[in-house]
Amino acid sequence: MYILEMNHVSKSFPGVKALDDVTLQVKPGTVHALMGENGAGKSTLMKCLFGLYTMDEGDISFHGEPVKIDSVKEALQLGISMIHQELHLIPYRSVMENIWLGRFPRKGGAKSPFIDHATMYDMTEKLLAELNLTTIKPTDLLRTLSVSKAQSVEIAKAVSYDSKIIIMDEPSSSLTENEVEHLFTIIRSLKARGVAIIYISHKMEEILKISDEVSIMRDGKYVGTWEAKELTTAMIIKRMVGRDLTNRFPPRKSNPGSELLRIDNYTSPNPRSFKNVSLTLRKGEILGIGGLVGSQRTEVMEAVFGLRLHSEGKLYIEGEEKTCNNPYEGKKLGMALLTEERRATGIFPVLSVQDNLLIANISSYIKRNRLLNVSKMAADSKKSIKDLDIKTPSAKTLIKSLSGGNQQKVLIARWMLTTPDILILDEPTRGIDVGAKYEIYVIMSELAAQGKGVIMISSEMPELIGMTDRIVVMSEGRVAGTVDSKNTNQEEIMELATKYVG
Amino acid sequence: MSANSLAYTLLGKRTAKQFVMDKAIFLVLLLLVIVIAIINPRILSIRVMRDVLMMSSTKVIMALGMMFVILTGGVDLGGGRTVGLAAVISASMLQTPDYVRRFYPGLGQIPILVPIMIAVAAGTLFGIINGLIVAKFKVPAFIATLSSMLIIYGANSIYFNMAPNNSQPIGGLRSDFTYLGSGSIGFMPVIIIFAAVVSVIVWIILNKTVFGKNVYAVGGNPEAAAVSGINITKTLVGLFGLCGFLIALSGVLEAARTGGATNNYGSGYELDAIASCVVGGVSTTGGVGTVSGVIAGVIIFSFINYGLTFVGVNPYWQNIIKGLIIVSAVSFDIRKYVKKN
Repeated sequence: MYILEMNHVSKSFPGVKALDDVTLQVKPGTVHALMGENGAGKSTLMKCLFGLYTMDEGDISFHGEPVKIDSVKEALQLGISMIHQELHLIPYRSVMENIWLGRFPRKGGAKSPFIDHATMYDMTEKLLAELNLTTIKPTDLLRTLSVSKAQSVEIAKAVSYDSKIIIMDEPSSSLTENEVEHLFTIIRSLKARGVAIIYISHKMEEILKISDEVSIMRDGKYVGTWEAKELTTAMIIKRMVGRDLTNRFPPRKSNPGSELLRIDNYTSPNPRSFKNVSLTLRKGEILGIGGLVGSQRTEVMEAVFGLRLHSEGKLYIEGEEKTCNNPYEGKKLGMALLTEERRATGIFPVLSVQDNLLIANISSYIKRNRLLNVSKMAADSKKSIKDLDIKTPSAKTLIKSLSGGNQQKVLIARWMLTTPDILILDEPTRGIDVGAKYEIYVIMSELAAQGKGVIMISSEMPELIGMTDRIVVMSEGRVAGTVDSKNTNQEEIMELATKYVG
Repeated sequence: MSANSLAYTLLGKRTAKQFVMDKAIFLVLLLLVIVIAIINPRILSIRVMRDVLMMSSTKVIMALGMMFVILTGGVDLGGGRTVGLAAVISASMLQTPDYVRRFYPGLGQIPILVPIMIAVAAGTLFGIINGLIVAKFKVPAFIATLSSMLIIYGANSIYFNMAPNNSQPIGGLRSDFTYLGSGSIGFMPVIIIFAAVVSVIVWIILNKTVFGKNVYAVGGNPEAAAVSGINITKTLVGLFGLCGFLIALSGVLEAARTGGATNNYGSGYELDAIASCVVGGVSTTGGVGTVSGVIAGVIIFSFINYGLTFVGVNPYWQNIIKGLIIVSAVSFDIRKYVKKN
């Protein structure tokens, strides 16, 4: 019998079908791993279950009864909890307050305004003892706890709701090996209490060690469910990536020239971030950066552009040592960075397409009288719109009313106007439709043909292999290996990406 | 002995730096107090201390009200005007019967509690409206209270301008009323007792009640509070209402202390209250703050005010010094909470 069944779940976002007829069946008292590449739809599915998203189609039954979950509160009341990657805790409050928030025991009846601190302390102590978390005191302030202990508090909170299902989204991503061991001990004791765990992780070894069953998703679709003991790492990878490369990329002749950019031994001051990263980009080359979410690929590239600190490492442009401590300097060195979060760090939503196009290059339009050359600005934005085939009613249209793909083209055009030699693109095709993707690939090829260097960070294996000359694969903040795009396959990249994981 | 070595002696090596970081502004102000005392040692008398505490009393009540709003990352810009409103309302109904220019010429000797309750209710009502606007329409507290600042001042001025008063300062207050502000029981001024009682009640609310914990939770991480099923609207309305209540109460006592009121009473007090909270360690990003910190902040501020005048510092310079204190307090405060990259 299943404790949870999700059947025929579909969910669309504008331009993307995130979930397409997905099924998930979980047995009580088991650890059920949910696996898939980045963007396969695991998190979307879990958010539907936890009441954060509403599904377009499909049904959920819990204990065999059909249920409807429209809010987090309803999910919690049913007995479904979620441990997020970013913990939902209040830093300057005690452990016990965090656990019983919204449900404090009260002195003299449920209507009383006064908290019964003694009872709350005892309840917390008992709860922590049950989970073998005796190193945590109910009165400890959250901010004084390590990430691992804070996570344990969140698990304790989930247990305190008498949860029957606990969703753990990458719970081990910021834990050390010993801490992961401890997490597994907690998970085993939860299993013994009949709690089902839905475990999302990219770490193969962990999955095979802790889970009973594994469900795999790919491109928003359900691939299947297997017993964990029947599986091997290779089999999981095969099923996660198992698709063919179609001819979705413009043909391009690669002809890399001399060295354009080199970083040597880049290391972050944050010990959890990247370390000892070295790589080279040549003129006319498209270099791919692969790796899992959390492999710090974005962080490295932001450090190269000066958006993030690095404590060690040298930067060479055409063989000459340079320093780059902020994006202003990065721009002067001829670099451009298209950031990953289009909405958060890319577009200015309430400004026009023209303003969005010209913002990075605005100083070049200053006339001798210190005013802006308005006619040249209009002409340049018109040209960009035409060159990149940006579909917009006019240059004065607010960018927020454009589709994601067209917004992305505006951002690429923005950086092209600064005439960079080095263009770094972080997930340039995320969340945009196939047609726009192809156009972005064409732009990349053209830039490379002009002798510029292009770096593309991508989670999409096909485009990584199909569009680049070489791929640097990162794993847990380090370079796991560099492969030649013509002679590699998804399995090899996936293996490298998980090299230092777990 | 430097502040650092003092902390070192008191706390040992490991925590010395942390202690200096956390308490930097306190230590700086302590130094200022010491400097003032060295310039003029006569300031260290019981009488001066009593004066400083009396000056601080209404400000403590107001700052505690302000703290509730700052705990959720907001600010009540209408606070000073609420002081004026409550002062005018209470004073207008509490004049001696034989006073020449009475606000209500025909009004008899009504029980003292009635006007006080009307004044405090008016402040609470405006607070609740602020809370509703912030919670329901998601208007930032800064803007919501900027508007109510104007509205309260306008309403108060219309009331103050009613015939026969016609915007004359309200004076001739009843002695049973002024007793609340300037009387004393033995050596202890009544107003200090007021401040002490209010402080204890606020401490209980923040530390012993569900409402208080919810205030910290909503301020510390609104998303976590919502996910935990806390009624955020109710919490916001409650804390803004309480803020209005406390600030109006301080306005009533301010009228009693000074023996009069005009519509311009309390102008700018909200800034002093905010400054005291910040100096007392209430984080402007929300979720952190204690009653004892706020009291210390207010007293330190009053002492510096008093002390700078006492040693003869030009009032213009006093403003500059106060401005520097506030900006350094917030800079240190932010340094404590910013995430390290």
